[in-house]
Amino acid sequence: MTGIFVLEQVLNGLQFGLMLFLLAAGLTLIFGVMDMINLAHGSLYMVGAFLCAWLASATGSFVFGILGGVVLTALFGAVLEMLLLRSLYARDHLAQVLATFALILILNDGVKMVFGTDLPLSAPASLDGPVELLPGLMYPAYRLLILAVGFALALLLYVLVQKTRVGALVRAGAANREMSGAMGVNVARLFTIVFAIGAGLCAVAGGLLGPLLAVQVGMGENILILAFVVIVIGGIGSIRGALIGAILVGAIDTLGRTLLQQMLREYLPPQWASAAGPAIASIAVYVFMAVVLVAKPQGLFPVRS
Amino acid sequence: MAPADRSGTVDFAAVVLVTVLAVVLPWLLRALQMDFYLSFASRIVVYAIAATSLNLVLGYGGLVSLGHAAFVGLGSYVTAILLVEGVTSGTVHLVTTVAITASMALFIGAISLRTRGVYFIMITLAFAQMLFYLANSVKGYGGDEGLTLRVRSLFAFGIDLKNGLVFYYVALLVLALSLFALARFVPSRLGRAVLALRDDEVRAEALGFPTFRYKLTIFVVAGALAGVAGALSVNLQGYVSPNALHWTQSGTLLVMVILGGVGSVWGGALGALVLLLLQEVLAAYTQYWEFWTGWVLLGVVLFARRGLAGLLFAIRARVAQR
Repeated sequence: MTGIFVLEQVLNGLQFGLMLFLLAAGLTLIFGVMDMINLAHGSLYMVGAFLCAWLASATGSFVFGILGGVVLTALFGAVLEMLLLRSLYARDHLAQVLATFALILILNDGVKMVFGTDLPLSAPASLDGPVELLPGLMYPAYRLLILAVGFALALLLYVLVQKTRVGALVRAGAANREMSGAMGVNVARLFTIVFAIGAGLCAVAGGLLGPLLAVQVGMGENILILAFVVIVIGGIGSIRGALIGAILVGAIDTLGRTLLQQMLREYLPPQWASAAGPAIASIAVYVFMAVVLVAKPQGLFPVRS
Repeated sequence: MAPADRSGTVDFAAVVLVTVLAVVLPWLLRALQMDFYLSFASRIVVYAIAATSLNLVLGYGGLVSLGHAAFVGLGSYVTAILLVEGVTSGTVHLVTTVAITASMALFIGAISLRTRGVYFIMITLAFAQMLFYLANSVKGYGGDEGLTLRVRSLFAFGIDLKNGLVFYYVALLVLALSLFALARFVPSRLGRAVLALRDDEVRAEALGFPTFRYKLTIFVVAGALAGVAGALSVNLQGYVSPNALHWTQSGTLLVMVILGGVGSVWGGALGALVLLLLQEVLAAYTQYWEFWTGWVLLGVVLFARRGLAGLLFAIRARVAQR
């Protein structure tokens, strides 16, 4: 195991973590402020990826595909919020689970009806090759793009939430919804906007990860659970918590799958390593979450006192 | 006569009617030359058991678990692994499955029940995910491809679960016993204490109830019953894969309970029956049956807030008033 290999995996982990953050950002705000469990958030990631892939092949441009897909998904999210999700905010968690589970079924089959079970999406040819970051460290150019976009959006979102008026309203809502409503904040409109932005961020993640993973029906179901893990670890409603949680989860997941398995192979007999490696790697994230919840039940950055 | 006085009679009549229907169903299907639906009926019964076990936790304990498939899937795997290893005794399968799923529920419950609300939802989900990935990675027992069985559990007196008719009646018996036990549990001392802590945990604790121990007890009982459902399920299908542990399975069980009626004795069974029937009927007409199932579920959330049991209660009140 070389330093170069470790560095490469750290970059991969960071890249996955940033994409997870894009998913978790909208989820944590809706969850934190509206106390709403949205199981269909992963479906927005899927819808976003399909729209990006469809537009990319229709226009012949990856950039147009992603930008158009993000805008359309944000609009779709806004409509969904106004027509359905809004009426669920006041209901209990059970009703929200049932309704958004129903939404997963509807959107999975809906996408299948419109686009089929999968769509091809490949990275632009100009980003196909690797870039030499350090002497000896070749890193795929496309993955660098994901890292850059992820960083830029994380920074933008951080500034938006922490430094602007809209962000202050959102944070006030997360800390105490009734009070901020009583102080004259139009919480309903604010949350259509928040939901639309969250949906757009899902599409960014779906579109950018599309060429690396696959654009297919059901793609949102496993990553949704990871996004939930992120926001629970970070503290529900906290953007900072979501960012740190996402990077931790991305790092644990990626490093567990690569470095940990290599280390096990060096120290354990091969049949043990090949059996235990993948198991430990894929459950490490969940063990981490369970430990955090037992030690700090409100997550690492609790929003409510 | 006051309307409420006759509702007990209506209930009794309904129970007798449903029981008779369930018992004669195999003959009915044969007479209609629809024998192939027997295994579908068995599947409904197995899901009804699993959903009833979740209803105990959810409807009576007030604990929203999004990881209940962990116990069903674990029960399937325990029985399947015993069968693959050459153990054919159904009694051994049953005892081992109950012991292991109950222990797992004890372990998961002891940790999860220290959290509440959404955190409980998420931590039960996390444990189920751990088992899901564990099952995926154990290559010796099928890994992500799952395990296929050539034999089934054998009980004394030549009861072989490979026979479809035998299976149906065994599963039906388990379901009937579970529902009977649940109906007896509700007015019992423990049952009323559990309901008290569901409705107001602080008050129950102030009254001196050992709330944690009560919650853990029903969590373990529900886990063991779910394990039995899993053992039956693998006997019915002859197959188990990690998908049995996937979170969408837990979601489906939750949907069944909410659909049928949270916290009503029949809720889980009713929800399983209606959801599976709905899927079967829709699948006959369209390949996009999930799409239409989703719309029906949305309709239930928005317009039948207490599930189908709530609707049935309204009907019962009407009938009893006549």
